[in-house]
Amino acid sequence: MQKSIAEIEDEIVEEFELFDEQMDKYEYIIDIGKKLPALDSKYQTDDFLVKGCQSKVWLHAYEKEGQLFFEADSNTAITKGIVALLVRVLSGQHPKEILNTSLIFIDKINLRAHLSSQRSNGLSSMIVKMKAYANVYV
Amino acid sequence: MNSFIRNQFPILHQNVNGKPLIYFDNAATSQKPLAVINAIKDYYEHYNSNIHRGAHHLAQIATEKYEDARKTIAQHINASEQEINFVRGTTEAVNLVAISYGRKFIKEGDEIIVSEMEHHSNIVPWQMLCEEKGATLRVIPITDSGEIIFEEYLKLLSEKTKIVSIAYISNALGTIHPVKEVISEAHKVGAVVFIDGAQALPHKKIDVKELDCDFLGFSGHKVFAGTGIGILYGKEILLEAMNPYMGGGEMIKTVSFAGTTYNDLPYKFEAGTPHIEGGISLGAAFTYINELGLDNISVYEDELLEYGTSRFFEVEGLRLVGTAKEKASVISFLVDDIHPYDLGVLLNEQGIAIRTGHHCCQPLMDRLKIEGTCRASFAFYNTKEEIDATVSALKRAVKILS
Ligand SMILES: Cc1ncc(COP(=O)(O)O)c(C=O)c1O
Repeated sequence: MQKSIAEIEDEIVEEFELFDEQMDKYEYIIDIGKKLPALDSKYQTDDFLVKGCQSKVWLHAYEKEGQLFFEADSNTAITKGIVALLVRVLSGQHPKEILNTSLIFIDKINLRAHLSSQRSNGLSSMIVKMKAYANVYV
Repeated sequence: MNSFIRNQFPILHQNVNGKPLIYFDNAATSQKPLAVINAIKDYYEHYNSNIHRGAHHLAQIATEKYEDARKTIAQHINASEQEINFVRGTTEAVNLVAISYGRKFIKEGDEIIVSEMEHHSNIVPWQMLCEEKGATLRVIPITDSGEIIFEEYLKLLSEKTKIVSIAYISNALGTIHPVKEVISEAHKVGAVVFIDGAQALPHKKIDVKELDCDFLGFSGHKVFAGTGIGILYGKEILLEAMNPYMGGGEMIKTVSFAGTTYNDLPYKFEAGTPHIEGGISLGAAFTYINELGLDNISVYEDELLEYGTSRFFEVEGLRLVGTAKEKASVISFLVDDIHPYDLGVLLNEQGIAIRTGHHCCQPLMDRLKIEGTCRASFAFYNTKEEIDATVSALKRAVKILS
């Protein structure tokens, strides 16, 4: 059974509660990124590039039986971890739910505040791109 | 000595992400001593007024202080006051010369020379001028260690060369270029030389007469003064020959619809109400660094560079980008194949400010076949203890990222 967005968000928030120190959170994010399967190089092109990120992020999406699946990669470790978190929450969900979520976990794990504004913009751009994909299939 | 200096810089005394701030991004912009902060405060609290116009008391004081600042700056670089033009910064200085000198004197087929490691602001204005005039931009190649290849420069020089524009010190790598030799060779073919002094003024005493440069541009914010102010120095004879850059108030003598006459130097290039407190802050900054002594500053910064370089090498997999023999207190580096941005974020998390990226030098990055670097740049208020803390922080970051 596919878990709901809210369920996965709760899981992530719980995992991050284990860390007091911001550096440990980063270490965890980076590890999550390392586990993200590599994106097929044919998708690592400008067509799939997320605009507004200082580091490069490529996002690819495909639909299967009403669910939307995401694959992603980045040239920096931290961004890759961040996009991996988004993929974990949103991949396999119904486009409508993807469009409706406000991704509350980002604030709860205190991610946005500690990322520079440029990086935050990158985060917003990733979310915008994922929602744009969802919009196509809704 | 050092705690005395650090106490002059209030901004340094704060925590960032729970750790004492370590500010190693001085090449991007410098922090401001109380002498500068108080000069700006004093202006607004006591004599804010438009200059060169009003006959009233405040206007007189403001005009006097602004012109005193010009005098201080002129003396600092051994120029005359007519040769000191207040501009917004290095970028505006380059553009002013490209437009006011370039539009008048550059013709089709002429050549302008820059180096491969210039800041974008010392490339793009010349490209724009070349495009407009049908002139050609020639580029001095560099070695892997980040030095210009002087023999190649000599080969580029010819009677077609009209302008040579080069940084005194590279912002990306810290290389100190042999500008005196660059200038004298350019003069042999009759070219004028613009020196981008953005990174040099904070570290070195510059004497424009001894250098014999034709133009020198620099930014106040990098020499401990406020932002939005900078200087274009030009030899008087050249400034006289150039057309004004912008029209407006201040730069005119008389205005009528039959014809307008322009003001004398230096006002000819200073249209509109200037950045008054900026100019005053720049004067205050030079007074301050002259009290410390630029020689003392250089010696101390060299020590930081040497210490920092040897300690940074303790970080496994670290390599320097830019290993010129003559270097300012800038360490550009990469660690294995870790993206500089990841290191920047993890250092920031530990309270350390460095710069990551291409440092506005994309052609240089292309030449070195890298996307960017991490850059730690030191000022005289930095300490060896801060370098120690940075090395530990770097080791921790690298461990997480490997
Ligand atoms: C070598 C060099 N030239 C030019 C500039 C541009 O200076 P500004 O942005 O203050 O005009 C900089 C600033 O980074 C620089 O380091």
